[in-house]
Amino acid sequence: MISVADVRVRYGAVAALDGVTERAAPGEWLGVIGPNGAGKTTLLRAVAGHVRHLGRIEVCGQPTVGMSRRKLARIVAYVPQRPQLPPDMTVGDYVLLGRTPHIGYFRVETDADRRVCTELIDRLALAAMADRTLRTLSGGELQRLVLARALAQQAPVLLLDEPTSALDLGRRVDALELVDQLRRERSLTILSAVHDLTLAGQFADRLLLLDAGRVAATGAPASVLRDDVLRGHFGPGVQVLTAPNGDRAVISRRPERGAAPRLPD
Amino acid sequence: MTAAVPKRAADVPEPPQPPATAAVPATASETAASAEPDLAPATTLGRVRPGRPLTVAVAALAVAVIVGVSVGPADLSLPTIAEALLVRLPWHPALSVGPVDTAIVWQIRLPRVILGALVGAMLAGGGAAYQGVFRNPLADPYLLGVAAGAGLGATLIIVGDLSPALLPPAAFAGAVGAVAITYVLGAGQGGQAPGVGGSTASIVLAGVAVAALLTAVQEYLQQQHTQSLPQIYSWILGELSLASWSDITLILPYVVISAGLLFAHRRLLDVLRVGEAEASSLGVDVARLRLTVVLAATLGTAAAVAVSGLIGFVGIIVPHTVRLTAGASYRIVLPVSMIGGAAFLVLADVAARTVQAPAEVPIGVITAIAGAPFFLFVLRSRRTRRDLS
Repeated sequence: MISVADVRVRYGAVAALDGVTERAAPGEWLGVIGPNGAGKTTLLRAVAGHVRHLGRIEVCGQPTVGMSRRKLARIVAYVPQRPQLPPDMTVGDYVLLGRTPHIGYFRVETDADRRVCTELIDRLALAAMADRTLRTLSGGELQRLVLARALAQQAPVLLLDEPTSALDLGRRVDALELVDQLRRERSLTILSAVHDLTLAGQFADRLLLLDAGRVAATGAPASVLRDDVLRGHFGPGVQVLTAPNGDRAVISRRPERGAAPRLPD
Repeated sequence: MTAAVPKRAADVPEPPQPPATAAVPATASETAASAEPDLAPATTLGRVRPGRPLTVAVAALAVAVIVGVSVGPADLSLPTIAEALLVRLPWHPALSVGPVDTAIVWQIRLPRVILGALVGAMLAGGGAAYQGVFRNPLADPYLLGVAAGAGLGATLIIVGDLSPALLPPAAFAGAVGAVAITYVLGAGQGGQAPGVGGSTASIVLAGVAVAALLTAVQEYLQQQHTQSLPQIYSWILGELSLASWSDITLILPYVVISAGLLFAHRRLLDVLRVGEAEASSLGVDVARLRLTVVLAATLGTAAAVAVSGLIGFVGIIVPHTVRLTAGASYRIVLPVSMIGGAAFLVLADVAARTVQAPAEVPIGVITAIAGAPFFLFVLRSRRTRRDLS
């Protein structure tokens, strides 16, 4: 569904992606993890067609380079980490923006577009606030709203950049649970950058560990979320705990308790 | 992320739930909603209609036109004016209006009112479009050098002592040329993929530089030809006093095409409110959108400036007044700004020719003196509720 072959992206002198090759099968959830600056967001932006890149990216078997924005938006929906939310726009109008790739250049929304969006607004429990403006919504509601707009594109591929970063701990599980349900209902292929390694391991089918723009490890969560793999990239301050049922939790922890580095005199 | 302010929910002008629904028993409304799952919300979803603000703007324009044709040095009564208007129509009743009165209405007042309306509509619509496409509330139709280019073109004709008939084409060419230079020098992709659209900042800064350069050349010419100073100065401050039907036919095609194109982009300008990157991932070719809107707005404002001089402020205050009072969607802002801008400039012109009659005050002075306090009042009273981008 998504195929990335030897993709390279440079920001000036900095190589943000330095030869990344990976595939995601239809219906698969591929979690992209890695330390700050590893290239997670850049990989998503390259697949979304936002940055110039070398190498080959194919979505649904078609190369994305040279594809029109409109055609790309029909097969790839992108949820950025910090979406811009016009405070005066209503929930309904915002979700309707997602229909843009299906609306002709000088046209406006049809009743069919409204029906798609109304269904999504119901599905994501936003119906009670459909006429409210975005400034009146809470963080969790905004998260569902942005997801609704992306789903309105009816694209088979969904790119999520840190979808839980603005949510509290309990809402994070709710949000990812919802994404997982929607993935199964609509057979979506998901590529998501996730900061929280514990959640990444529980929701993604497979993990892609990036470091300094290169693939450091890839595989099932159990094979990537291991002390020996993670510490080489995140440093000694991470520790993997395994629950009796096999779930893995990755925590931040001082390498040696009590042995704080001494302050200079 | 915008912080949620739940308290505001009550302040939002459009009532989310009309009081009538509250009276209906909850079960009844629930069953109604579940029986017709997509009818109830679908009726309102995304149907941004500028109905009421547009009605207000059209009413204001009607009043402005009536005032505009009624006020003038020749003391004509309203019935006389009405008769004078009718007498030129093919099927009119027997009327007793004299040829002089008819000429005053048809040759002096009406062209001036219509030209003022066209120029006002174009400056306000162009300003709204520039603010949308550059996502900058300070953008006005002169942002990319239209004013400086037109000023230079007009000055060249005046100091060269060429025929006044060449003034509009020279100003138009200067305006379009300045924007073309700005766009070629300022638009770049900045490492982004094609269609995402580079930074708007580089275009805006190029516009500032081009405007500064052309203004400097214009001021040098003006300083070298001090005998033409009054003429140049009155052109720069804007004037509609020489309005004629030929001016109207000259700019009408540009105004119609420009206004039509801008209005056709209202939905895409709304998409752009979520930013260039998100708009492009929603399928908008931002670079092409920007170029098309700038081209349309530039042709219209250049044509307006060519016949009226540099009338400032209309392109900023009219669209923002509409945003603050009626809503920020471009489906409202574009049409209501155009009609409201027409009304505003016709009224400003009435003031320009009456406050010091028989002398005329430059209309640009009136738009600023009358417009700025009004706009500040609107800004103070509404800014907590509306956003300007």
